[in-house]
Amino acid sequence: MSAQTLELPRAPRVGPKEAKLGVIDCDIHPQAASPADVLGFLPERWRDYAKTYGGLYRQALADTLSHPRMAPDVARADAWPPTGGLPGSDLAFMQKQHLDANNVEYGMLMPLNRGPGNQRNLEYGAALAGAVNDWQLAHWVERDPRLKASIVVTQEHPSFAVAEIEKRAGDGRFSQIMLPPKSLEPLGRRKYWPIYEAASALGLPLALHVGGVNGYSPTASGRPSYYIEEQHTNVTGMLSLITSMVVEGVFAQFPGLKVVLVEGGVAWQPSLKWRLDKHWKRLKSEAPHLKRLPSEYIHDHFWMTTQPLDEPDNDGDLAEMFGLVGFDRIMFSTDYPHWDFDEPKFVVGKLRIGDDDLKRVLSGNARELYGLP
Amino acid sequence: MSKTRHVVARVDDVPPGTRKKIAVAGRDIALFNLGGAFFALGDKCPHESGSLCAGKVVGLAEADEPGRYRLSRDGEFVKCSWHGWEFGIRTGQSWCDPANTRARAYEAGVERGAALVKGPYVADTFPVAVEQDYIVIDL
Repeated sequence: MSAQTLELPRAPRVGPKEAKLGVIDCDIHPQAASPADVLGFLPERWRDYAKTYGGLYRQALADTLSHPRMAPDVARADAWPPTGGLPGSDLAFMQKQHLDANNVEYGMLMPLNRGPGNQRNLEYGAALAGAVNDWQLAHWVERDPRLKASIVVTQEHPSFAVAEIEKRAGDGRFSQIMLPPKSLEPLGRRKYWPIYEAASALGLPLALHVGGVNGYSPTASGRPSYYIEEQHTNVTGMLSLITSMVVEGVFAQFPGLKVVLVEGGVAWQPSLKWRLDKHWKRLKSEAPHLKRLPSEYIHDHFWMTTQPLDEPDNDGDLAEMFGLVGFDRIMFSTDYPHWDFDEPKFVVGKLRIGDDDLKRVLSGNARELYGLP
Repeated sequence: MSKTRHVVARVDDVPPGTRKKIAVAGRDIALFNLGGAFFALGDKCPHESGSLCAGKVVGLAEADEPGRYRLSRDGEFVKCSWHGWEFGIRTGQSWCDPANTRARAYEAGVERGAALVKGPYVADTFPVAVEQDYIVIDL
């Protein structure tokens, strides 16, 4: 525990806008005003396919969420654009309500719709990934250069994924490669390594935003009754994901690979480091490819985003947990326009950490990771 | 500092069961009509500052034990437009954290235009007609 952290004055802090502090928002969800916006970027064969057959997920009701969740379109009730259309579909409204209002220097786009990575028809998934990527550029990045696209890929057919990554390589409008953590196999498995090899060679971080539709139960013993239970599997999913990638040897094989975990929480990470280190000391003969402590791989390879912020009663507890994760590995995010959005001023008020660490979290870590000016 | 009475809307503008966002002396306020009575809350959730006016008006889902549910107090709460925290429209009191969390509540009432034109009420941004009823807020 850092005594310094807890002794910081509790005087009210001003928000980023008043302080002229910009934020880099690592989680913004762009939405298509209509499906045709994205499908229009498909080659003709797949446009016809989408019209005739539609997407096939590993669940009933293609192209929908697995259940209605908290709010219509999972959105803040005030995020429906006055011009009509879905939350997150109108750039001008997003600029007014979020990018300008919250002094967002850069925003990382996390397109979730239509889930190319979870399509059962792999060729369609690959075509759809390409369409989502073109759509991000045309509808968002070209119209507001603060926004950065993520290369969406079909992870269940890694050679298709690698082709899409290589097609986008060197295009600075893309900042990272996006995969759904709910894949068909744990993401540490060697099946996925070609994607990691390409990411590593090109110096592109992987962004793993909670979710995906793999058809499996969200808990190890079945489906829970309530959304609050399912919501929490965002955390258990991330625990399994880190464990898989570290223990299967992804980082021993690709020491330059960087992974961003989006929307999975932060404060649980120290206990995972402690427990994996403890087990590794006893069980290392089983995974002798691990040359370093699991906690060292975790610190060096994983970045975590703040939203939805852990909210202990005592703000000092949050500062302490963030310190144990490492202030160099935590990046600000809002999840705009979703219902569990975090307001920058609120996060700044809760983070009782030194000004240098605060700046790192709000923008410095992301600026460095993504090589932004 | 003594309170000033502000004329903020015609009664007809806010029918029962509806709400209206108004700005009074630089403050955003959510004005609610609950069965003919008017209540005013600061339009800023005490959690993360989301708009209450943009939220849904709801009742409570309550249960004395798992599996036995009932809906009660229909229309008496507003659910914040962001994270869904519920506040009693009459008092601003939070349902999830009643001891520590409260939305700012203002006194709201109704006055005849005839009474208002005599003053000393603040109605400079709002034309007042003698024969109408108006919603007034003290702050």
